[in-house]
Amino acid sequence: MTEPLLKMRGVKIEGRSDETWNPIINGVDLTLARGEVLGLIGESGAGKSTLGLAAMGYTRDGVRISDGTIEFDGIDLLTASAAVKRELLGKRIAYVAQSAAASFNPAHRLIDQHVEGPSQHGVMSRAESEADGMELYRKLRLPNPDEIGFRYPHQVSGGQLQRAMTAMAMSCRPDLIVFDEPTTALDVTTQIEVLSAIRDIVDQFGTAAIYITHDLAVVAQMADRIKVLLKGDEVETADTRTMLDAPTQEYTKSLWAVRSFERPAKPAIATGAVPVISVQNVDASYGSTPVLHDVSFDMHEGRTVAVVGESGSGKSTTARCITGLLPPKSGQILLDGEALPASYKKRSKDQLRQVQMIYQMADTALNPRMSIGQIIARPVQFYLGLTGAAKRKRVDQLLEQIELEPSEYYNRLPSELSGGQKQRVGIARALAAEPKFIICDEVTSALDQLVAEGILRLLAKLQDDLSLSYMFITHDLATVRAIADEVVVMKDGRVVEQGPKVDMFTPPHHAYTDLLLSSVPEMDPDWLTNLLKERGVDNVGDAAVDKM
Amino acid sequence: MDNVLKIIMQRLALGLLTLLIVSVVIFVAVNMLPGDFAQAILGQGATEESVAAIRRDLGLDQPMVTRYFDWLGGVVQGDFGASFASANAASFSGTTSGVKTVAQQIGPRFANTMFLAAVTAVIAVPLSVTLGILAALYRNSVFDRAANIFTLTSISSPEFFLAYVLILFLAVLNPIFPSLSNIYDGMAFSERLNKSMLPALVLTLVVTAHMMRMTRAAIINLLASPYIEMARLKGMSPMRVIVKHALPNALAPIINVVALNLAYLITGVVVVEVVFVYPGIGQLFVDSVKTRDIPVVQACCLIFAAAYILLNLTADIMSILSNPRLRHPK
Repeated sequence: MTEPLLKMRGVKIEGRSDETWNPIINGVDLTLARGEVLGLIGESGAGKSTLGLAAMGYTRDGVRISDGTIEFDGIDLLTASAAVKRELLGKRIAYVAQSAAASFNPAHRLIDQHVEGPSQHGVMSRAESEADGMELYRKLRLPNPDEIGFRYPHQVSGGQLQRAMTAMAMSCRPDLIVFDEPTTALDVTTQIEVLSAIRDIVDQFGTAAIYITHDLAVVAQMADRIKVLLKGDEVETADTRTMLDAPTQEYTKSLWAVRSFERPAKPAIATGAVPVISVQNVDASYGSTPVLHDVSFDMHEGRTVAVVGESGSGKSTTARCITGLLPPKSGQILLDGEALPASYKKRSKDQLRQVQMIYQMADTALNPRMSIGQIIARPVQFYLGLTGAAKRKRVDQLLEQIELEPSEYYNRLPSELSGGQKQRVGIARALAAEPKFIICDEVTSALDQLVAEGILRLLAKLQDDLSLSYMFITHDLATVRAIADEVVVMKDGRVVEQGPKVDMFTPPHHAYTDLLLSSVPEMDPDWLTNLLKERGVDNVGDAAVDKM
Repeated sequence: MDNVLKIIMQRLALGLLTLLIVSVVIFVAVNMLPGDFAQAILGQGATEESVAAIRRDLGLDQPMVTRYFDWLGGVVQGDFGASFASANAASFSGTTSGVKTVAQQIGPRFANTMFLAAVTAVIAVPLSVTLGILAALYRNSVFDRAANIFTLTSISSPEFFLAYVLILFLAVLNPIFPSLSNIYDGMAFSERLNKSMLPALVLTLVVTAHMMRMTRAAIINLLASPYIEMARLKGMSPMRVIVKHALPNALAPIINVVALNLAYLITGVVVVEVVFVYPGIGQLFVDSVKTRDIPVVQACCLIFAAAYILLNLTADIMSILSNPRLRHPK
């Protein structure tokens, strides 16, 4: 057997916090042959990214590799000098980051950043590299490959940037590329384009890759082998097909099972029932740019309406209209059959109380300087006028409802909570107002699958107990399947399809719904290949949209 | 580009409005100074009549609003009025030829101040930006600490003290530069430069710390950005990472601090001018306040205000231009 390209043995990595070093990776082995693609999966905090970066001999500030060996093509990366490592990085080992929008330098054009590696490493001249860049852009199916490089990052969409970053990683024809969650921030339809582009180009140049993701279905499409990590330890490693068909470890099986959560269907809505919130013929715009066109749908007591669509389709704008943050240009919002004033400023306290929100980023939605108790007590006092012991009692009650022990969590700060716990606090804050209607804006998209499932189950239980109605904004169709009663599909500011979930997931449906549904990765390693064959390889996604 | 042009026009209009408001504040403030020119020159033994006569001659008996608009009307046409002091001196000698307008009096002094500011800026700006970059590159090293201590010491010492220390070392012990900076019209450029060098060096010491520390902080602030990590993972050298990847994105705060310090060089250099007997606008300003030469005081204030506003405006515009999102809209 030939010598592997990358050999990591007994790697231990530690991170510094509060003046002590805490383990992140507890001795992991990793072997990668030339041209092989290894999938690295696990929840956040499992140490995937840290391990991926360590494979490049790189650690972030406050992180150190404390033990083990990392050998790349016979070069010991742990003892190599900074100059030797710089010579390897970019040239023989490249990196594709999670958010291309943040990882491209905003001050330089794409092509200038593309040619930097080859020209600084002396691989190609600037002109050669520029021509090669355009060729790579063409291979990655970017629109206007000869022209797009001359744009600045902010002038290019997220999916295109992610492909441009893959092109940049390819610029020196490295032996190894580390892909760190390259499609996590993308819509399902864009994700397919990027996945197929990455897979093609990795195939074509025989590049080895480490593909880091928390999405099993994605890794199934990309990897030859899969390694599962849990809290810094390896759970198991196996060929993709073996791993999917017969996972041996309990943890791996639980990962596989997450997608099985589904609420039983509710009986049909009684005819003549007055919807809690009714959106009627709403048009809205930001400045002079129209974003919503004639949007209408109803939300009933005790039910969940999932609003799905790609980013930019107007989901969150609709929510802003309902809350009154963005007064609609025309049309109206009815609460229990009565028209709400367009702007939140003109709504009564009681009207405001009935409509609450839970946000996507619990991190930024909670005041970092207030304790959990204070955060929840604020709406209790503001909306219900409770003070003193009555307020404290109500807050404790709310904490119990979100399954956090009051005595333990009341005085904690948001920074002392995990992502899932923060999101629970966000839910309690919304509940504190005792609303009828809650808007959940991508509440699980920043969370791991297991944690997200916990949040969904909690929301479902609260709905049953309190007869709440939810408007559930999401782009994740698995979430829709799990929790929705009715579905509204939006595209370019319009409602393209709406109805009960059962109808939505049963053909025939609108061409766009079809595209969304068929773009959700499945746990079948051949899924992407088959899908591309079906759609025609050269015009992924676009073709399906054009057909509409 | 229309976008940028629109923003620039808005800022310009806002700057003019600010200047107008400042002119009111200056006028009112100067008129609230205790005592007036007539009393100041006539002394304690002045009779009611003679004070009133001088006040009438100078138009000081008019209501404040009338005087303000007279003054503003003149200023808009470039006429800052006549200096009280020179008019008074001329009237004693019985001629009117010696009456200097404020513009004539301030003009050459202002040019001298601008010259000193320019010399200082040419030395201080590149120096502090370079020091800031190096301090960011070798952060927490001995060099970083030394540069910090040195610039902080120099900014914390009184200007006159720095001036005397430099005179001691560069004029007395090692006669490299002259200690008197009495420059005059028609002097050769090299001579002028030589004579301005010591005050310029003192001012450099005063303004460097601020600009250097801001450059360092603005760059270090960005070093945790994903695109800086990306540049490192592309194998770029630490120097290139900072100069090519961090600096272009750190320009806005740096430009603002540079502008603030340049404004200080124009408006805040009185002490240094006095120590080196440099005939700049600061000395003239202080002298005019002493003699209650109101037109000169007002003109100086207005020039200072205009310099501040103009430099901040330039900084704003340059910060805007340093942002690719505004230069290249979607």
